[in-house]
Amino acid sequence: MPDNIIPMLGVVTAIRIDTPDIKTFRVEAVDGGKCFEHMPGQCAMISVPGVGEAMFSITSSPTVKDYQEFSVKKCGCVTEWLHHMDVGQQITIRGPYGRPFPVDTELKGKDLLFIAGGVGLAPLHSVINYVLDNRTDYGAVDIVYGSRSKEDLLDLPEIQSVWADPASKMNVHLTIDREQDGWDGHVGFVPNFVKELDYKPDRTVLVCGPPIMIKFVLEALTEMGFVKTQVYTTMELRMKCGVGKCGRCNIGDKYVCKDGPVFRFDELDELPAEY
Amino acid sequence: MQEMIINRLRELLADGEYAGVIGWAQGETPFDRTPNLFNAEGLDQLRYDSFCGSNLSKYLVQQASKTEKKIIALLKPCDCYSFNQLCTEHRIDRNKVYVIGVGCKGKIDVEKIRKAGIKGITGITEDGDLLKIETMYGEKEISRKDVLLEKCLACKGKEHKCADEVLGESEETCSGDKYAAVRRLEAMTAEERFEFWRGELSKCIRCNACRNVCPACSCIKCVFDNPNSGVQNKAAADDFEESLFHIIRAYHVAGRCTDCGECSRVCPQGIPLHLLNRRIIQDVNELYGDYQAGESIGQRHPLTDFTLEDEEPSVIDTRGGGK
Amino acid sequence: MMKQLPLDRLPELFRKISEKKTVIAPIQSAGQVNFGVWTEDSILRLDALKTVKSAKGAFFPQVEDIVRFRMEGKKIDIHPADVLTEEFVIFGVRGCDARSFELLDRVFLSDPVDPFYAARRQHGTVVTLACNEPEETCFCTNFGIDAADPAGDVTCWIAGDVIYFRANTEKGIAFTADLESAENESPVEELKKNITEILKKLPFGALNLTGFDGDHLMERFNDPRWSELARGCLGCGTCTFVCPTCQCYDVRDFDTGSDIQRYRCWDSCMFSDFTLMAHGTNRPTQTERFRQRFMHKLVYFPSNNEGLYSCVGCGRCLEKCPQSIHIINVIKALGVNKDA
Repeated sequence: MPDNIIPMLGVVTAIRIDTPDIKTFRVEAVDGGKCFEHMPGQCAMISVPGVGEAMFSITSSPTVKDYQEFSVKKCGCVTEWLHHMDVGQQITIRGPYGRPFPVDTELKGKDLLFIAGGVGLAPLHSVINYVLDNRTDYGAVDIVYGSRSKEDLLDLPEIQSVWADPASKMNVHLTIDREQDGWDGHVGFVPNFVKELDYKPDRTVLVCGPPIMIKFVLEALTEMGFVKTQVYTTMELRMKCGVGKCGRCNIGDKYVCKDGPVFRFDELDELPAEY
Repeated sequence: MQEMIINRLRELLADGEYAGVIGWAQGETPFDRTPNLFNAEGLDQLRYDSFCGSNLSKYLVQQASKTEKKIIALLKPCDCYSFNQLCTEHRIDRNKVYVIGVGCKGKIDVEKIRKAGIKGITGITEDGDLLKIETMYGEKEISRKDVLLEKCLACKGKEHKCADEVLGESEETCSGDKYAAVRRLEAMTAEERFEFWRGELSKCIRCNACRNVCPACSCIKCVFDNPNSGVQNKAAADDFEESLFHIIRAYHVAGRCTDCGECSRVCPQGIPLHLLNRRIIQDVNELYGDYQAGESIGQRHPLTDFTLEDEEPSVIDTRGGGK
Repeated sequence: MMKQLPLDRLPELFRKISEKKTVIAPIQSAGQVNFGVWTEDSILRLDALKTVKSAKGAFFPQVEDIVRFRMEGKKIDIHPADVLTEEFVIFGVRGCDARSFELLDRVFLSDPVDPFYAARRQHGTVVTLACNEPEETCFCTNFGIDAADPAGDVTCWIAGDVIYFRANTEKGIAFTADLESAENESPVEELKKNITEILKKLPFGALNLTGFDGDHLMERFNDPRWSELARGCLGCGTCTFVCPTCQCYDVRDFDTGSDIQRYRCWDSCMFSDFTLMAHGTNRPTQTERFRQRFMHKLVYFPSNNEGLYSCVGCGRCLEKCPQSIHIINVIKALGVNKDA
């Protein structure tokens, strides 16, 4: 039976409201358990028949045994539909797609710096929890995360109770764009915050967020002495097949769905700036 | 005529008053003519001859809005109608364009030469009505009037309806009754007519060339490209949908279509799309009196201009539509 | 080793084949020649050099159902479409189109294999036909394609009123098994010589493709002349849809009223919505879309496929572009002059 463009069935077993426009959906196979195994940074095609199919980053860590999670920002027709559905709804799912973050190779043993903006935390969430579950495999871990407001910070309860717990041995730095009542943390944009935190350029960096944030973060890191081979990001482009055939996510001689979505910045330098 | 046009353009472009000229450039084959924007330095690549069939008016929608300066446009008599219509619809600012009406004696359809069985064409020269065609298989000849573009057979005359100046002579090339083909279709039974259109429209590959070239299709976002319209599609999901696309398009341009014939010229599958529009034009003429879209700027077209004397919808029944 | 058949007995052969297999051939319908299913009433046009659409549709149809969903409350039933299981013959494929199948194989048969395409390739027998009269828009010679001796499971030559067959593969041997042996192969040799001479006269037969490769990717991409080249482009999909090697597709859902039919259909990178996402597109103007199409054919594809161009020189785009902008313009404008 055809398998790579034919989806399998998944069922949404939990829905968590994270921010005013982001919800996290827990997906399991119909008879329980995960639909498939994945690695951090990989994606899956989720569809609602009749509405459409779209690529989403798998937010949960592979170390979670029973389900997968997807943090989805409401922005198009598929995401709109997902935001309106209830627990118990079946959806279709296929994957995993793409090249993951090199968690078991290049990242192993390194001091890590995660930099995220807005829903850009979603793809890094999977890596962070994977690192947490294999904590001894990695050195220092710092997370710099910012959003427009306190309400727009994704996974705040988990960040505060798990990632910021001293037992996790991770340093969490949160920031929001503007002053807000009830917020006594840092205020300001992520790129500036990264500069203020003054990291030594010996970290391996994983960055994800809006294109404009990535641009300025990269400038900040360069100023601080980082080189492009130390910095990873994950890309988002329109996709239809997920297997490097439909041509939509083609940039230069790469297909983001298959050769990405994770790229090191020196690799991106070799591609036309069409993303 | 080409030399005369280029010389005049050199004069006009000399003092920097104009942003450039929309005209036809020499392409890679001896008869490829590609629309382009020229400045004074590029004028030696400008061509104006029997192969400049394409209608440049729609390019002005984008080009004329891009610059502060005026832009010069080369328009054939028939292109002027599209230009006027676009000005009427406020898609082109008339004050931004200096129109040079270029003479036209009908344009050649290379596809028709190929259809006549002439292969491997490497050059075409004109000798009065005779075309001498150099091919990889020797020299051939064909009568020029036999290979004119379909649109030239419904020539609207040699007058430029919007020109600021005219260069060169024109000749009317109309082959007689331009509604003959429409009448032939009308004379068919409903079943025959359905078969005819099904045969033609089932060839459609949904390349959108007809829509993209059409000066009346100037919507910023076409309903067929709009994911929220419910009819967005790239291919026919069933065999009715090609008809749907073309019929909807014909209705969308009804009353505004100048019968410029670009839709049929560009169709890679040779579908006579202009017949759909011409049928509607014929109806408009019969019901509301003769009307030519794009005759002048600012005219009100009968389908959007209500008068008490207008036909009632029941005219459809009395004309036999209810059968 | 060659087989032969009088040309006027070809319908007889088709009739016999179609008892067991579908025959696809260049058929004229409403004045145009395209590949279609042959029946007794078909107007067979083996003399037509270029069908409007290429032969790729036999393996990669313009529209193809892939899966059907039945929705009930919160439940979904998934019914994958069947892959092709019947044998078919595609007859009268020219050398250029035959090469395009090899290029499509690189995409659809690479891991993960596309099951629909793979099934069609498996069950299809490709019968090619030498081009007796190449045209001025042909430039297959640039890509190592021999129009005088095309590839395929079977190669055919029409010499006078006889059609000659040469089997090239197991499928080809099966196809030609019942045909009578050719008494004399010299008409074919004569014809091949003749065609070879004509091919030397193609106006675009010897293009300079230097500089179109992965090593010059950024150089070609950043060339300032793209906007000039693309200026007249209408952004239609004619070039894409007549092209034998364009293989991008869209996946869409169609509500039939009782269920949801998911199908895929040809798509074009020339279309404004090709890369459109909720927050915008990464190719906002026609210049970028135009560049993508040609960069893919002349730089990206060869970069990933040992220098193989994703163009077979069929010349359909030369004949069909409404504004006469095509791959020759790009090759000539952006190519690196060998003398320079």
